[in-house]
Amino acid sequence: MTTAFEWLIAPLRYPFMVRALVASALVGGLCSIVGTFVVLRSMAFLGDAIAHSVLPGIATGVLVAGRGDRRGLFWWALGTSILVALGIGWVGERKRVREETAIGIVFAGMFALGIALLSTVRGFAVDLVHVLFGDVLGVSGFDLTLIAAFGGGVLLLVLLFYKELLLVSFDPTLATTLRLPVAVYRRLLLVLVAVTVVVSLQVVGLALTLALLVAPAATALLLARRVPAVMALAALVGVASGVIGLYLSFYFSVASGAAVVLVAIAVFLVALLARPRRRSRGTATL
Amino acid sequence: MTDRELRSRAVRHARRSVVSTAVHDANASAIAARHLTAAYERRIALREVSFDLPAGEHLAIVGPNGAGKSTLLKVIAGILPVSEGEIRIHGHAPREHLCTAYVPQRSDVDWRFPVTVEDVVRMGRTGQLGPLRRLGERDRQLTREAIARVGLSLLSGRQIGELSGGEQQRMFIARAIAQEAEVVLLDEPLAGLDIPAEADVLALLDRLEGTTLLVALHDLAVAGTHFGRVLLLRERLVGYGAPEDVFRPELLQAAYGDYVHLVRTSDGTLIVHDECAKEGL
Repeated sequence: MTTAFEWLIAPLRYPFMVRALVASALVGGLCSIVGTFVVLRSMAFLGDAIAHSVLPGIATGVLVAGRGDRRGLFWWALGTSILVALGIGWVGERKRVREETAIGIVFAGMFALGIALLSTVRGFAVDLVHVLFGDVLGVSGFDLTLIAAFGGGVLLLVLLFYKELLLVSFDPTLATTLRLPVAVYRRLLLVLVAVTVVVSLQVVGLALTLALLVAPAATALLLARRVPAVMALAALVGVASGVIGLYLSFYFSVASGAAVVLVAIAVFLVALLARPRRRSRGTATL
Repeated sequence: MTDRELRSRAVRHARRSVVSTAVHDANASAIAARHLTAAYERRIALREVSFDLPAGEHLAIVGPNGAGKSTLLKVIAGILPVSEGEIRIHGHAPREHLCTAYVPQRSDVDWRFPVTVEDVVRMGRTGQLGPLRRLGERDRQLTREAIARVGLSLLSGRQIGELSGGEQQRMFIARAIAQEAEVVLLDEPLAGLDIPAEADVLALLDRLEGTTLLVALHDLAVAGTHFGRVLLLRERLVGYGAPEDVFRPELLQAAYGDYVHLVRTSDGTLIVHDECAKEGL
């Protein structure tokens, strides 16, 4: 008993670990709630593209402001991700090319541009690793404030526009006949994903954000039958993955972002294997 | 006042009266199409269609696959744009209106989506509310009444994928009722249903008196027995009117071409064999 308690308490003696735990829990919860819409609307690829497209923004930030300027980098990343999200939304509505193709081109193009820009800076490998895979142990008090403020803003918007976002996700046709501005809500969702990605950057890095967007929500979808319950359960899985992942990282010296993601994926696999069989008749006739 | 001024006035008016739905021009038909031409996926699917439908009529839209039945419904719903000509719903352009409900084909719906019957029917109230506002007691009551009217009260907590095909169709009709729609558009509501489920849905539609119904159908026999008017379509309007006026050999031949066989029996009735219905959804 004492040893288990010791095991839990030991990492908390380090202030950087406390900050890291809080950051992981916040990001785990935020990603899971926004991720519920990502999974329901089958926009996982889109989410990944937005995440990777942040790189040139960060690279520009590094070139302009220098890599010491954390705040500067955050704003560069945020600006780029929102622009890319709106850009992808715009291309997707034009229908000149298939949406998937457009996303693939933007995704790869932006990522390559980011690497090209960063490669002109000395010590670029270290920067790249942090951006790709996160640096949760380096989270500062200021970073935590940013995560809480922007994460809180995203959650507030989800709460305020919940019924519209739900309607546009489930039945865009009904939304159109009800005269809802479907395109506006679609873009709002893209921007929320973009902000979430940037907020999560330091915890899991842009290469792994997708896993936190998708895995907890997918887990919850296996077990819950209404969207609010899915979101609550996903948030629980997300927060738990963040905390457990960080403990594993502490004791087994595994990269923290990867540990968080692996826990989330493991929970999904357990749920997949253990879930109750659900009766489904609806589409059987097709 | 110019036509343009009138129209912008109508738009403003429609915007102002979101809660009560737009005020109707009493003299206008429920649906008035004038030389309506529309495209679906860059192909003209509907050419020069003109007709007037009085309010409260139940109209069956029939014709072979690809005849433009879905396109016509989607144009009225405001989902597809008008290429040429004009369509008016109670005197207004599509989308100037909240009184139109569109029931999608069942194959277009994601049935795994984690929503219950009640959640879906409630969505019909969302447009009346506007953003940032929650459903009130009246919305809840309208939702419950609509669910009761289609006989799904006991299933209102079911996830939608757990319903049978007929129940799914009735749920969408409940949503149209909750929307307080005066014009309800149904795209192939009987597709994939077994005979008892089909009878349930048809009985429900028959009971929607006072509501203007436009229903795309494959089954000519159903169109003839349950609907007061029939519109026969093959890109162009082939026939329009009472079933006995539309289901005439020359019109059916014009719509279905070689896919229809007419046999004269001893008591003079015509047997129509519709090959298209077999490959239906």
